[in-house]
Amino acid sequence: MSTALEHPTYNYKVVRQFAIMTVVWGIVGMALGVILAAQLVWPELNLGLPWTSFGRLRPLHTNAVIFAFGGSALFATSYYVVQRTCQTRLFGDKLAAFTFWGWQAVILSAVVSLPLGYTTTKEYAELEWPINILIAVVWVSYAIVFLMTLKQRKTSHIYVANWFFAAFILTVAVLHIVNNAAIPVTAMYSTSIYAGTIDAMVQWWYGHNAVGFFLTAGFLGMMYYFVPKQAERPVYSYRLSIVHFWALIMVYMWAGPHHLHYTALPNWAQSLGMIMSIILLAPSWGGMINGMMTLSGAWHKLRTDPTLRFLVVALSFYGMSTFEGPMMAVKTVNALSHYTDWTIGHVHAGALGWVAMITIGSMYHLIPRLFSRTEMHSVNLIAVHFWLATIGTVLYIASMWVNGILQGLMWRAINPDGTLMYTFVEAVEASGPGYIVRLIGGLCWVAGMLIMAFNVFMTVRRDEGARQPIPQTA
Amino acid sequence: MNYLWGDSLSGFWSAWIIVITLGSIGIAFWLLYANRKTDKTPDAEGNVETTGHAADEIEEYDNPLPRWWLQLYVGTIIFSLGYLLLYPGLGNFAGLLGWSQESQWEEEVARAEERFAPIFAQYQEVPIPELATDGEAMQVAERIYLNNCAICHGSNAKGGYGFPNLTDDAWLYGGAPENIVQTLTNGRNGLMPSWQQLGSENIENVTQHVLSLSGLEHDAERAERGAATFASVCAACHMPDGTGNQALGAPNLTDDAWLYLAPGQSVADSVRQTLRNGRNGHMPAQAAYIGEDKVHLVAAYVYSLRLED
Repeated sequence: MSTALEHPTYNYKVVRQFAIMTVVWGIVGMALGVILAAQLVWPELNLGLPWTSFGRLRPLHTNAVIFAFGGSALFATSYYVVQRTCQTRLFGDKLAAFTFWGWQAVILSAVVSLPLGYTTTKEYAELEWPINILIAVVWVSYAIVFLMTLKQRKTSHIYVANWFFAAFILTVAVLHIVNNAAIPVTAMYSTSIYAGTIDAMVQWWYGHNAVGFFLTAGFLGMMYYFVPKQAERPVYSYRLSIVHFWALIMVYMWAGPHHLHYTALPNWAQSLGMIMSIILLAPSWGGMINGMMTLSGAWHKLRTDPTLRFLVVALSFYGMSTFEGPMMAVKTVNALSHYTDWTIGHVHAGALGWVAMITIGSMYHLIPRLFSRTEMHSVNLIAVHFWLATIGTVLYIASMWVNGILQGLMWRAINPDGTLMYTFVEAVEASGPGYIVRLIGGLCWVAGMLIMAFNVFMTVRRDEGARQPIPQTA
Repeated sequence: MNYLWGDSLSGFWSAWIIVITLGSIGIAFWLLYANRKTDKTPDAEGNVETTGHAADEIEEYDNPLPRWWLQLYVGTIIFSLGYLLLYPGLGNFAGLLGWSQESQWEEEVARAEERFAPIFAQYQEVPIPELATDGEAMQVAERIYLNNCAICHGSNAKGGYGFPNLTDDAWLYGGAPENIVQTLTNGRNGLMPSWQQLGSENIENVTQHVLSLSGLEHDAERAERGAATFASVCAACHMPDGTGNQALGAPNLTDDAWLYLAPGQSVADSVRQTLRNGRNGHMPAQAAYIGEDKVHLVAAYVYSLRLED
């Protein structure tokens, strides 16, 4: 097998493991999302059982797509990119293997503990303290593997993708440890060491930086390698990458309070959260511009290369959601959008449009190379997947915009006598059609992921076949 | 200028916030300023020469920052500084506008009071039985009911398991206007104690007796035996004839209206369950939420529900 690799000294085993699990967890996480979307249309699908109720499956969905799917993708691509761009083998084979098995153990713990009802109640940080300790250990190991590889690099320069990966790894370690600081009470129950509003502020400092560093900085690292690689063009501007990198990591840290507008959080903290979110617009767009402009001179490749299409459309959605985010952080807009489906739509514009699309594009570039093939089993199937994903995302976010604005307006509508024009349940009723459209969008996504799984399976299997030349019957 | 400076933070923390906020914005600006120009000239294709280093064959141009992007960035910084001047943000500095979310809320409530209070004040003057026949007033009242009461009592006011039906005559605390106002204003706590200690035999006998009070199918012999227990234990609240006591909120047991009849449950089962485990009903006080004027109006609405049929 190793003879076919471009550079035999690289550790591709762990990259392969994470790449395959990216596809597996993508299907699991998105299928859970489809079940939840269906539950909002037909509540009977809760099945009247605690383990399958919306409240327990929802954190499982978010954990599965962010940490299992997104996390595996980040491990796979960062381990691949750091080796390739530093021209050195990944540090610590055993430690790298531990990060793989450790991370899978974390995910399996979530799959068991969340439906059983164990939760810290902190959004995107629901896992209980023993699992959190395991996450911290795995994450520190990840940091050691990545940073030691950087240190042993054979190149003089650290490539921009690695700045983003390093920033993401270091920051997530800090965020995770600080937000999950808790006093254990029993084996699966703990209380946060922060109280009241401070707890809320720490939670959303974590929560928004989970978006900023886990779902943005890490995936920008992915973008900075796979976009120029797939387009076979130089990165547009080194200077721009420096400016937007430092601005992005500095300003993101401040944005959390926009999740707590018009709450017990002091006025000054809310204002700072808002203005820093607005300043964040340009640094975010810096990444989009740098990716998009890298394609100048290579736009014609979009006609024939669906993988590149995934990467470019991901950048478009990234630009769109990083415009939407600062806008929603403005207090007057937030007063309408907060607590409505608009927020869910915004999250998915980022999660499906940006994170999942850039991941899938990267995987279609990465997987054939990991398994010593020149390309995926079927390029046509990549194109089908691309259209399913794009249509699915558009259906999802458009329906949630409509629902969100509808809900926001219905909640605030008053009669001439000052009474509310609509009861809450009327707004729920009015959201029904949007929930059906969202479900269709989700189904498109899962269908696309299943096609991807088939395509990946066929690609990988051909590799197996090459190793063991057994006569084929059909 | 004193009103511009609050004291919610100590001097040190206020200063700390100001320094790191302005410092961060300053660094963000410096980052731009330091990189705004490049001495490299574009080639025929419009691209500036590469940096000279390649990572895994990826080269990097060193194009200047796009001008419109730079202006966007500077624009957001200027906007933010302006915002921090006008609104609270820099530690204890309250902003030139003197705005806070608390003051905004107070102003909005005051505006609403000014606009809407006369409407409700005018209803306040009208006695409840008369108000209950005023179609327009009842439309307003229905909206308040739907947004505040319907979640328990149902949008048709027919109640549900544990939540009284407001359209029948089975009043727990009385259906006179003043009783309804009292219920809405201060809420109610209904407590039926558990009588587990009577033993299952006695509970069954009392159950049969209670069924007989409403003229439901029952075991006459057991009901007879249960009557004695009823007289010594239950009559104190429910009265010897079982007609209840509205002063205590003790339900009338002779009207065949059952507050705690779960869907699909037999009356006998429900009564047994009540005797064994007791019941605890809670109607929250509403005056604090909707104000006395609206309590008056909603009371008239509840009163009107029985007039309709």
